[in-house]
Amino acid sequence: MTTIVIPRVNYLNVKTTVASWLLTRDHKRIGVMYLVVVALAFFLGSVFAAGVRIELTTPEGDFVSADTYNRLFTMHAVFMVFFVLIPVVPAILGNFVMPLMIGAKDVAFPTLNLLSWYVFVTGFLFTIAALALGGVDTGWTFYTPYSSNVSESNVLLAGIGIFITGFSSILTGLNFMVTIHRMRAPGMTWFRLPLFVWALYATSLVMILGTPVVAITVGMVALERAFGFGIFDPRLGGDPVLFQHLFWFYSHPAVYIMILPPMGVISEVIACFSRKNVFGYSFVAFSSLAIAVFGFLVWAHHLFVAGISPYSAMVFSFLSFAVAIPSAVKTFNWTATLYKGAIWWRAPLMWVFGFLGLFLVGGLTGLFLASLGLDVHLHDTYFVVAHFHYIMVGGAIMGFFAGLHFWWPKMTGRMYSDGLATVAALLVFVGFNLTFFPQFILGYLGMPRRYHVYPEEFQVLNVLSSSGASVLAIGYSLVAIYLVYSLFRGERAGANPWLATGLEWKTESPPLPHNFPETPIVNEGAYEYSKREVKVA
Amino acid sequence: MPNGIVAGADPHGHGHHPALQHHFQTLDQQHEASTLGMWVFLVTEVMFFGGLLMAYLLYRVWYPEAWAEGSLDLDIRLGGFNTVVLIASSLTMALAVRAAQTGAQRATVRWLLATMVLGVTFLGVKVIEYAEKFELHHVPGANFVYEGPHGRQVEIFFSLYFGLTGLHALHMIIGVGLLSVITWMASRGRFSTEWYTPVEISGLYWHFVDIVWIFLFPLLYLVDRAHHFA
Repeated sequence: MTTIVIPRVNYLNVKTTVASWLLTRDHKRIGVMYLVVVALAFFLGSVFAAGVRIELTTPEGDFVSADTYNRLFTMHAVFMVFFVLIPVVPAILGNFVMPLMIGAKDVAFPTLNLLSWYVFVTGFLFTIAALALGGVDTGWTFYTPYSSNVSESNVLLAGIGIFITGFSSILTGLNFMVTIHRMRAPGMTWFRLPLFVWALYATSLVMILGTPVVAITVGMVALERAFGFGIFDPRLGGDPVLFQHLFWFYSHPAVYIMILPPMGVISEVIACFSRKNVFGYSFVAFSSLAIAVFGFLVWAHHLFVAGISPYSAMVFSFLSFAVAIPSAVKTFNWTATLYKGAIWWRAPLMWVFGFLGLFLVGGLTGLFLASLGLDVHLHDTYFVVAHFHYIMVGGAIMGFFAGLHFWWPKMTGRMYSDGLATVAALLVFVGFNLTFFPQFILGYLGMPRRYHVYPEEFQVLNVLSSSGASVLAIGYSLVAIYLVYSLFRGERAGANPWLATGLEWKTESPPLPHNFPETPIVNEGAYEYSKREVKVA
Repeated sequence: MPNGIVAGADPHGHGHHPALQHHFQTLDQQHEASTLGMWVFLVTEVMFFGGLLMAYLLYRVWYPEAWAEGSLDLDIRLGGFNTVVLIASSLTMALAVRAAQTGAQRATVRWLLATMVLGVTFLGVKVIEYAEKFELHHVPGANFVYEGPHGRQVEIFFSLYFGLTGLHALHMIIGVGLLSVITWMASRGRFSTEWYTPVEISGLYWHFVDIVWIFLFPLLYLVDRAHHFA
């Protein structure tokens, strides 16, 4: 590449006061602000995970008490689920690149977007307060009647935190949906949209329809705790299983809030680094919507052993298997995109390969759990823990890092070390498998989740798992180090370091305050790599 | 031909309407975005009330006697009066939107004020009802007292009564607050036949809150009434 033009005025240097950040309505700055808070939550969640893994290196309960252990795994999950996995891709990457991708100056409601961030931070602070006062011991699922009538931990504070954070998610979903409908640049038809935008649209659907239900459900638990209302209280004839239905009506689709946006990222990165159009574009687009819709019809597979009727269990089992179809459509189409592509070995693609391998294992083990008979054996064991970590960490977090490495040059205008990023991707992949694969075996052998002690014969596998967690920690720390380093010493990226298609690469890096000098006009599909001069090393 | 950045795509330049925000091309686009945003928000509201209504449905099927007993304890005259008040407020709200559309500023303010008065009336009657329940110890919790064979399940009924009507009342309070801002804007002459979006989307919200009550009134006050008065 020859000369790189650094935009004199960009979204980062247009104003640099603290107030200009805290009062910004620029979607790009708001994305960066989410990155800061989510990174903090990720760090906190990781510290609790470390506590869990240290305790489990020995069969005895010698590091923490049973009660502390309950609080450790609950706080790990509360931070990771509500403050990392749900916002990580939509609120950070979605906020930053989606308006750029559709050629808009901003999201439809910029002030509401800023409000979402404040709502998110408020919820985060409530949860921090719950933590500071001793944490919560119910598990992140808050099952009644333990959460509503029995637990003496800070359920109310954490519940309020989650309730508030839910509204941040709802408002973001609303904003994205309206933006995608109404803010597309001239010529940006639905079938020219990048697949990441389709994925965010499907995600918004789940956020809008699911999140209010968990909000009101947590609200009902709060009413029980605060005022002694009785909605789930068995002493009055209330039904704790009703809570489980309402909770999972959101919390299962929430899995798709976590995984759909990273799936969109994967489509973008794969197309760019195989220099090809995404195979079966419309199938990949519609599979996102199909996952969002099917995702609402499978929640009771979390209740197979809670005494629900066998007939409804059969229906929910069947529907859970059906989710595998759109997921498989995506996986096959990504593979077909890579096939005979001009593969360009760069760090974002390494994270994508990590995603593909781990998501495959996570997805297929989900089918084990969707089987009625097998689920009775595997329910509440480490098999379940391993399965959802393969989806959420192996899938969602790997996908997030793929996207972060892909768009980092756009966000900061700087390149990071490709070699270190490749090493980090490998470390995380190896560390992840070492941590969680043994847990499949532990679960199959019958080790239940959420206990701080276990029989001695499980120690070898648990030590393997804990050592894998250390490798994982090194991998994640490495990412933080070279990304922060790149901010100061990284090479200038230029507008389009990956020679990628897509409107976000048409503007400078970092982008201008209002994204484009003039509104772009679109007259071709999202991935016309075949028409593009390929100058890749 | 690759995607291009075309100069002069914004024909509006800087001489645009004062209400047009910088990231929209036209007032129409801005209006459509705001309206769609409110409709999507109302969908989330349906789901929000839906969680409580699901609980209501389950327990009503399980405990029909308790539901009939609890319902008979609600004051049908006050509830009925409030229903009429809210339906009337929907009419005045619709007239306010109509007035804004036709650019009748004074009428807009007048109908908005009428809507607010009706909304506050509704909330006042609700306070009277709540006070009565409080004196009868029908508020769920440690002080709940209910004599009768289904007393425990009646407590669930009252939990849902207060949950549903409380959430509805909260929406009414937010609605009255919203309308006072809109009324102030209308009195300052901010709206015109070109741009009256805030009046319209506040109207959508207000009608939604009314419709929720249209469901709540029969669900809570009219359980098995016919059977008891026949």
